[in-house]
Order: sequence, then structure tokens, then C-alpha cells
Amino acid sequence: MDKELLSGNEAIARGAYEAGVQVATAYPGTPSTEILEAIGKRYKGDIYCEWSVNEKVAVEVAMGASFAGARALSAMKHVGLNVAADPVFSLSYIGATGGIIIVTADDPYMHSSQNEQDNRNYGRHAYIPVLEPSDSQECKDYVVWGIKISEEFDTPVLLRLTTRISHSKSIVELGERVESPEPDYVKELSRRVILPAFARKLRLKVIKRLKKLAEFAEIFPENRVEMNDTKIGIITSGISYNYVKEVAPQASVLKLGMVYPLPPYMIKKFAESVDDLYVVEELDPFIETEVNRLGIFPKGKSYVPLYYELNPERVECALKGEPDPVPEMPEDAPLRPPVLCPGCPHANVFYHLHRMKMIVTGDIGCYTLGALPPLNAMDTCVCMGASVTNAIGIEKALGRENAKKIVAVIGDSTFIHSGITGLIDAVYNKGHSNIIILDNRTTAMTGHQPHPGTGKTLMGDETFELNYEELAKACGATYVKTFDPYDVEETAETLKEAFEHEGVSVIVSKRECALLARDRWKEAMWVDVEMCNGCRICLQLGCPALGIVDKKAVIDEVLCIGCGVCSQLCPEDAIKTHKEASAKEVK
Amino acid sequence: MAKKWDIMITGCGGQGILLASEIIAEAAMLEGYDIKKADVHGMAQRGGSVISTVRIADKVYSPLIKYGDADILLAFELLEGYRVSKYVRDDGVFIVNTQRINPMPVASGREKYPEGLEDKIKCNAGRVVFLNALDIAKELGNFRAVNVVMIGVLSRLMDLKLDSWKKAIERLVPAKHLELNMKAFEKGREVVG
Repeated sequence: MDKELLSGNEAIARGAYEAGVQVATAYPGTPSTEILEAIGKRYKGDIYCEWSVNEKVAVEVAMGASFAGARALSAMKHVGLNVAADPVFSLSYIGATGGIIIVTADDPYMHSSQNEQDNRNYGRHAYIPVLEPSDSQECKDYVVWGIKISEEFDTPVLLRLTTRISHSKSIVELGERVESPEPDYVKELSRRVILPAFARKLRLKVIKRLKKLAEFAEIFPENRVEMNDTKIGIITSGISYNYVKEVAPQASVLKLGMVYPLPPYMIKKFAESVDDLYVVEELDPFIETEVNRLGIFPKGKSYVPLYYELNPERVECALKGEPDPVPEMPEDAPLRPPVLCPGCPHANVFYHLHRMKMIVTGDIGCYTLGALPPLNAMDTCVCMGASVTNAIGIEKALGRENAKKIVAVIGDSTFIHSGITGLIDAVYNKGHSNIIILDNRTTAMTGHQPHPGTGKTLMGDETFELNYEELAKACGATYVKTFDPYDVEETAETLKEAFEHEGVSVIVSKRECALLARDRWKEAMWVDVEMCNGCRICLQLGCPALGIVDKKAVIDEVLCIGCGVCSQLCPEDAIKTHKEASAKEVK
Repeated sequence: MAKKWDIMITGCGGQGILLASEIIAEAAMLEGYDIKKADVHGMAQRGGSVISTVRIADKVYSPLIKYGDADILLAFELLEGYRVSKYVRDDGVFIVNTQRINPMPVASGREKYPEGLEDKIKCNAGRVVFLNALDIAKELGNFRAVNVVMIGVLSRLMDLKLDSWKKAIERLVPAKHLELNMKAFEKGREVVG
């Protein structure tokens, strides 16, 4: 049998292929992004796949496919499921015609997220089963299981990953794609039109379904007991299983592949067969709470920390009853925080906003780094799209006269995801908002996915390219302009005009992400040390290619992409291209 | 095959660390080992600290290495190597690129890049190999080859077949850069006497 080294995300994509999934949807979000990327790269011949406009749209598209009898999968990061929660709760009542899986990739430790929510809770909240794989092989297998369970029990299935599962690689045995039923639409009013009269009946179905699933959990082969020394018994799931096996190889383990609903008899029997019972799980006491409901009280969150990622040493200390270990790190090593890339087109916009002392409501993306020194140009970052709407609220609180000091900054993909509704709200409610769309022609933070503003699809096709100016005008914005953030003068003028404008203004800072433009990078810039007066204005851009040595600016020629923004800012004309420099020598 | 290697790779976003850890894992897989490899994405291209771990043995559970248990540290940048040096066991092997990349607090003049890191690293290690992989890569004509130079050094200190390394590089490096990377690999191998 063929074997491949796959990440959890790549294995989910493989699982979708093998399970006969026909439609897959997602909005990019770390750590889930590579699932749809892998489907787009390797399986687009067999699976229709799309970057949807947001997670709610993604689930609704997948749901529609299921209505028509196709097998469907929708993937998102944990906070994306909040956006998609509305259709997911209805989907629980409606159930599955074609099997349907919602993949949630949670992010313990918040490697790339704003919170540490534990989406297993959605299973309990929406009465849907939750599968939790512990390595790439299981990622693949659980998609196949998930489709089976979905179709057999008439339910959506939540497949819960965490960053460490999504982004770890391990060896996977590949299988064949199974035949899936030919899609065929059959009208079923009483389950798909969730009018109260229908929904009341569906509610009873959902409750009965959960009971049946708990019975299935008793015989589900991925819920398994590994009996060993009976002194210690550990109930665990997901990545925590691996840490348990690593640090307590002698212990007996109840490994749960399905964490909701739980198998009550299996748990009772396991609890009775060991002396000391633990639950080892990352984040919330989810399994522990369910075990408590059976009248069993294992050692759980009073031993295993409630926060951040677990790891082998944390689990080891928890099992020994020792305090949570903190790795010793050298105190004399300066931190290396993430920064905007060299030549990032956002930097110049933030440089000006900081100097103009604006109240800047920010949003989710690379540009959130504009909040950090030296740019210090962001006041808020809440969730997708909140920049636009937070700015409306601040204006309503501070009064119209302060509107020109408030600006919302939002990325192109984020604007399409959730910013447009805010723009319409601003106009409708007679606001004076200023909105800057940072259009870098891609979804940069998650690794450069196309979106409706790029004119490309995930399948690689050309498509209609959304026009921000036309859209803003149609929504009622009365000052609309696009500018080049590599042009310092044009940027300064456009910002000034937009902020002084009375009505709602939408300006588009349009310049391709510096990482994408890599092949067209120009020659590195160069500092004429004799002309540099050490004023440090260029350093205010926060460009990683710029530094200071002996009180003079220096440019790292390996990092600099030659965007020229620092050179335009330099009051002494000390920053030049090499060509300009050699021309001077000739003179 | 009762061997095991717990390898930690560290450096800065943009240095090609993920590709390096892919090559190591691929080479070990070709020889039939079990592998777990952990990366952190997202911020990797944004200039921050990047850590990747590769664990190789007959059977591997955790993708993360226990604090103080790493056998080999492959550090792509001096400060980043120093930062995680306590993750390596006392008699562990350090392969350190002495290239310095200033973090933002240093570049902007607010903090200083610490001096004497080579000596501090030596105190923590069993065996240390220092090299300037950036200079070697630049001599070959492309500073992006740093990662494969480092792989070349590592290949001399791990008991995997030369053929497996070469096959892994062939599989993972884009064809147009293969010749350059094979040279980088050889140059790396020459660093260890």
C-alpha cells in the first residue's frame, strides 16, 4: 500500500477524496487553510472546491450540496465556526442527505488567533457528533468515518482538529476513492423549511439521534481501550493521546476517537478496572464534564492546565501532581516578534496614520502587526469586519465633529468577508466613516489565497474581479479613490482628502503583497552615509531591511526589495538606488 | 534499527526552515522509520522566530520533543540557536549557522544583539559545529541555499544513507534549483572534517 508523509490538513483532504466527497468549501484561516489548498492542488478533478466569501457562506454552500445528495465538507478555523454557527445549528435539525462534515481547526496557545475557544463545545450545543483525530492517519480515516456516520445517523459531523494536528506531519497509508451516490435533488419540505411547526418535530428527532449516537459510541472501533498496568487509567483524545503514550507508556488508556457523545458503559467499565483515573485533555474540561455526568469523578482539570497547548512535559508534571513546568529561556536574548515584511505596502499607510494621530480601528490579517512599534498605528482588532463597525460606534459616541479623526483599516479579503455590511450600515445610519481597504491583491496572512477581488478561483479559473470603487459607490460612499501606497505624496494627499470629506469615504490602498511580487523585486536601496544625518525617520516605517549602525541608517541588501518608500521619506535624500549612487560618482 | 533522533530546527521566518525539516523527514522515511514532524505556520513568513521539530524512531507518538531531550539542534541563526539551547540534552549536537539577523528591537536600536553567544552555546552542548552558511550560499550564487547547506552538515552527523538524502532533496526542491541545491548539500558536507 502507498504511504505518504502528510500533514493533518493534507490528510483531511485525502480523506475527503477517499470518502467520495464531491463538494468542499472553506474560507482560509490558520490552522485550517491547507485542507482546501490540498484539495485544490491534488483532487480538483474529483472534488468541486471553492474559497467561499466567508465561513457562513462556506457551510451554506456545502449544505446545499448535501440537499442535492452530494457528499460535502466545509473547513474553517475555530473562530470561523462562530461566523458559521447560524447555519450549523439549523443543519443539525435538517440533517444530512449527502454526508456532510464540518471541520474546525482550533488553536490552543493562539499561535495565530485571537482566542482559545474549544469547539468541542459546539457538539454539545448543537447536538452533533464530534470526531477528534490524534495524527494524520486518523485525520484521513475520520473523514471516511464522518461521512458514514453523517449518512447513517442523518446528522452533520463536526471534525475537530487543533493546530498541532493540522500542522504536524506523519505517515499515512493511502486508500482508494469510494463510489459516492449520484447527486439527485428530492424535495423534502418538512425537514428543509425549518418553520416552527416543522422545527418542533425536528427537535425531537435530534434528541433521539443523540441517544442512538451514544449507543454507537460503545461499538465505534475508534473508541478503544489499551489495557496495561491498572494502577493508572487515562481517558484522553486528540493530540493529548500522544503525549500520554510518550510520558506514561505503562498506563492503561481509553482513547476516544469520538468525543461527543461519549460511550457511558465503556467509560464506567474502564473506570472500574483502574485504581486511579485521569482525564488528559487540552483546553476545556469537555470530556471530564461528560464523565462527571456519569457520576464518575476522575482527576482532570485540577491537574491538567486549562490554558495553552499541552506538551509532553506538561502532561508528565500533571500526572505526577507537580506544578505546570515553565521552560527556562535565556533572559539576555532579545525577542523576535513578527513584523511586516520588507517592502510591505501597508507600512507607508500606517506610518501616515500614526503621524496624523488617528483613532484606527483595525481588523484581522498581516496588517494587524501595524499595531506594534514603531508603527503604533492601530487601536482595536476584534474579529473579521469589526474595524468598520467599531468605527461607526466610536463616531456615534464621540460625535460627528470627531469623525475625521477616526478611520477603519481593513484588508481586501477581510472587507469582502465581513466589511461590506458595515459599510452599508455606516451610510444607512448617516455616518461619516473613513474606511481604508488595504488591497494587496491576495489573502496574505494565510499564505496567499485568491479571493473575489483577485479574479481567480481556488480551481485556478479566471472569474469576475470585484471592483471596490464601484461597490463603495453603490453602497453610498461619496468619496471613493484608489491610491498607490508606494507613492508617499499620493498617499498623504489621499488620506487627508478622505478624512476631511463630509460623507462616508472609502479609499483603496492598492499594491501587490511584497512576498508575491518577489520575482519583480527591484535592486536594493543604499544609504549614502555621508548624507545621512541619523534622524531615524526611515526607521519609523518598521521595515525589517532598515537598521541603525553607528547612528546612521543601514539597509540589508538581502532583505530590501527596493520599494523606495524610505527614500521618499528621507529629508536628506540619503537613500538611493545603486544606479543613482554610481551616477553621482561619475559626476 | 533501534535508533532515534529528536531534531529541533530553529531560525527566522523566510530562511527555508520548513523545507529543511521536510528533507530530513523524507530522508528518514525512505529508510523505513516512523516520523512525526511539527511546524508552526502563519507567522513563519513574517520574520518571527520559527521552530520545527522532526522526530525519527521505530515508533513515534508526540510530534513535540520534551524540554531538554533534543538530540540535535540545527540553528539557522545564532540568536535563535541560543534561545532554545536548553531544549537540547547535555551531550547533544549543535549545528549553528553564525549568521546574525537583527530582530526588530535590535534593528531599531532599542536593544543590543547579545555578544559571546558562540561561547554560551558551547557551554550547553556536547558537540558543536559552527559555520557561516550564508557565506557558503552566497559563494554558490544564491543566499536562499542556506537551508540545504545546513542539511549537508547534518547529513554527516546522522546515520542515514547518502542516497536517501539526495533522493529527498530531489523530491522536494524545485527542479530548476536542483543543481544549485546539490552543490549546497556537498558544500555543507565538506564543513565537517
